[in-house]
Formats: sequence, structure tokens, C-alpha cells
Amino acid sequence: MNEVFSNFDLVLRAFWLTVQIAALSGVVSLVLGTVLVAMRIGPIGVLRQFATTYVTLVRNTPLLVVFIFIFIAAPNVGWFVHTPFLLKGVIAVSLYTSTFVCEALRSGINAVPVGQAEAARAIGMTFSQNLAHVVLPQAFRASVPPLGSTMIAMTKNTSVAAVFGLMEATGRMRFFTNRHADDAVGILIVFAVGYIVIVELISLASYGLERRWRAAR
Amino acid sequence: MSTSVLFDAPGPRTRARHRAYSVVAIVAVAALVVALVLFLNAKGELSYSLWEPFLTPDFVRVLLVDGLLKTLEMAFSSVVLAVVFGALFGVGKLSDHAWVRWPCLLVVEFFRAVPVLLLMIFIFFFWGITHGDSGRYWTVVAALTLYNGAVLAEVFRAGVLALPKGQSEAAYAIGLRKTQVMTSVLLPQAVKIMLPAIISQCVVALKDTSLGMYVVAPGLTRVGKQIYTQFNNQLQTAIVLAALYVIVNLLLTLVATWLQRRLVGEQKPLDVGMTALVNTGENTGGAAGGI
Repeated sequence: MNEVFSNFDLVLRAFWLTVQIAALSGVVSLVLGTVLVAMRIGPIGVLRQFATTYVTLVRNTPLLVVFIFIFIAAPNVGWFVHTPFLLKGVIAVSLYTSTFVCEALRSGINAVPVGQAEAARAIGMTFSQNLAHVVLPQAFRASVPPLGSTMIAMTKNTSVAAVFGLMEATGRMRFFTNRHADDAVGILIVFAVGYIVIVELISLASYGLERRWRAAR
Repeated sequence: MSTSVLFDAPGPRTRARHRAYSVVAIVAVAALVVALVLFLNAKGELSYSLWEPFLTPDFVRVLLVDGLLKTLEMAFSSVVLAVVFGALFGVGKLSDHAWVRWPCLLVVEFFRAVPVLLLMIFIFFFWGITHGDSGRYWTVVAALTLYNGAVLAEVFRAGVLALPKGQSEAAYAIGLRKTQVMTSVLLPQAVKIMLPAIISQCVVALKDTSLGMYVVAPGLTRVGKQIYTQFNNQLQTAIVLAALYVIVNLLLTLVATWLQRRLVGEQKPLDVGMTALVNTGENTGGAAGGI
């Protein structure tokens, strides 16, 4: 245990990297996911098909295989050769997470009762007014809990970056455990507590947002 | 809500506009695909020699038997064990005794919040490393059991709570004991609601078996690594691995959807959030699952 606490700056730096990957991937995957959901509910058939195919394929591929594509296969054909590891990790996590963001947003839109949109149509709102003033505000609120879940899962998923040489929390945990296997339990607890703190912070934020934005029905 | 409510049936001008957008979109998507194919062709990635291992019977057998079958075995054993774990802790979380409820709650929340890979590394160095290949195999199974078991515990709890209150009240009224109410009235009905969620959890378990690569556990990713190290065909191997996972996962999803329609009907699929706080008890239609 002493080894971990005397090198505690390594632990903190590892978690800082985890937070960086998670924050960057969170932003990128929210943007990508919104674009995907716009394609999926929009009126253009080709884009709908494209987005559906992308979501189905990537959602069912393990994140580790997505990482193999970005970290091993792509450099082999000359892509991402000199890209920093952090950036490649963010790309892999975002490509994967955006499909789940898309599904979470779509479930939010589906949660808006049909009567809402119908009523908006009936009082003469146009498509964009209907979306902007009636459907999307409610859809966003309804998608907060699934989006929160997705963000938590994404944060835990950043651990896969360890397999490909990023020294984030899980990689550092392996480093310590490998050297001090007799302290395995203590090391696990230290790193688990780190993850639990991050995860609970995200769920607190999600819970707070959900309560704050709850639609009065 | 279907999107068609959002706008009136489009008139001739809007239809023309949509047609124009469609043409642009088709051209864009087609250009993307063609560019990709041309690029890969220029790099020689489409040459037969790189795909050959996946058409050679010996390699196909290794891929399917040592790879896919082992992976399915790992996923299946961990899901079976996870169901047991989930049933125990899910019912434990519903217990009337605080000294049963709280430890169960702590255990479930711990394993839900910690990444599977972290658990896997711990189990590997704590136990698996001295037990050879089967140690690596069971390391993966154990880690997946703990994580998926914790998620399933939540599913069990949600499934029992989703039943109408009258069920348990009626059971108590005819004089059944607490255990009898749970085992002969609530659980049999809850299983029906839970089954689709359990199958969906199989998809998660299957995808997570790939993490075994970090502890060099048997399975698809290890076989894949051996193949691409030998033939230097990283891209092709990645494509084949992804395709195998996607096919099996889609089959599982089909089964889950079929069970959902058959056993549960129109009701939305059971869904639990990632932590106690995010779990609002409202169904989100399975959107959070599968990650």
C-alpha cells in the first residue's frame, strides 16, 4: 500500500487522464449523437438508412474492436499514424458512445406524447416551431436519465484505452498491481473509489438536471 | 411518437425539395464509399492474400472453434452465473431486514460503478495468473459475472417492483409467508418481464468478453491478434472480428425482441440506469441498455 500512497501523484495524474478522455469524448459523442438522431428522425430516407446502419453496426461491435480499428488497423493503412494517443482514444470512445447517445435522444423524443405534437399542429405551428417549442424541450428532459446512464457507461469505458497503452486510471492500476500483487486488494479499493467518485458525480449532475428540468404534467 | 405528426403530408414543392436533398445525400454517401474503396485498393488492402486466412478452412476452424465458440462459452457461463448472483442480490435488496438490504445494496452499487476491466485485472493478478489458461478464462468469466450480476440484480428488483401491488397483497391475504410470496407469486411473474432484459444483458456480456485481450484470455480477440500478427492484415482481421460480434449480437437482439413481444406485449422493455440515483424507475425503452 505504501507504494501507492508514496506515488500518489501517479494515481492522480492517471485519473486526470481518465477525466480528460471522458470529458472530451462526452462532448464529441453528444454532438455526433445529436447529428445521428437528426438524420434518423429526419425526412431524408437515405440519411435515415445511413444513420440506422451506422448505429446498428457500431452498437453491436465491442468497444475493444473499435479501438483495434483506430489504434491498430488505421495506422496500418496510414491513418492516425502520428495522432496523439489521447486523441485516438477520444475518437474511438466517441464513435462508440455516439450511437448510444443517439438511442437515448430518440427514446426521449418517443417519450413525448403524440397529443403534444398534434395539439401544436392544430394551433397552426409549423414543423420547426413544433420541434423548437413543443417537442424538443420535452424530449430533452425525458432523455436526461438515459443520457446520464450513457455518460456513466462511457466514463467506465474509457478504461479500455488502458489495453492500448494509455496510462489512465486502469492502466496505472495494472502497473501497480503487477508490481505489488500482494497489495492487490488495497490497490483495487484505491482505484475503485476514484471511479466511484467520478461516476457518482455524473449521476448527481444527471439527477439534479432531471429534477430541475422536470416538466410539470 | 411517430415523426409524421411533426409535419403535414408534404406538398409538391416540399416533395421536390426532399428529392433534391435525397439526391445530394445519395451522392455524398456513394462518394464516401467509393473514396474508401479506392483508397483501400490503392493501399493494397483489398488484395486476396490479406483475406486468404479467412477463406482457409484451418484458419476458419480456429477462428470459429477457438475464437467464437470460446467467446460464446465465456459469455454464456458468465450470464448464467450472473443470473444467480442477480437473483440473490436483487431479492436481498428488497429484503425487509436492513442488515440484509444494506450489504446487498453496497455490493451491487460497487460492482455497477467500477469498470469491468478494473475488476478483470484485479481478479487476474489476485488469482488467475497462477492458474494458466483456464485461470485466464475464469478471470474473464468472474469479472463479467460480478458486473452483469450487479446489473441483473437491479433488473430483478425493478421487475418485482413493476408488478401490480395487488399481487403481493392478495398473496399475503391468503396467508402465504414472505418467502412464499416472493418465490411462488412475484418471481415467476417478474421473470416474464425480465427475460428480454436478461437476453439484452447477454449482448453486453458478449461484447465485454473482448476485454479478455488485456489478460490474454482465450476467445475471438486473442485468435484475431494471432492472425493479424502472422499475416499483417490488421484491418481485415478487425473487420472479420467486428462482423462476427455484430452477427451474434443481432441474433440475440432478435431473440430479445421476440420474447419481449411474446411475453410482455406492448409494455416498454425493462431498463435500469447505471447507478441508484439515475435509476428513476421510469422506463426509457431500453435506451440505456447494451453499452
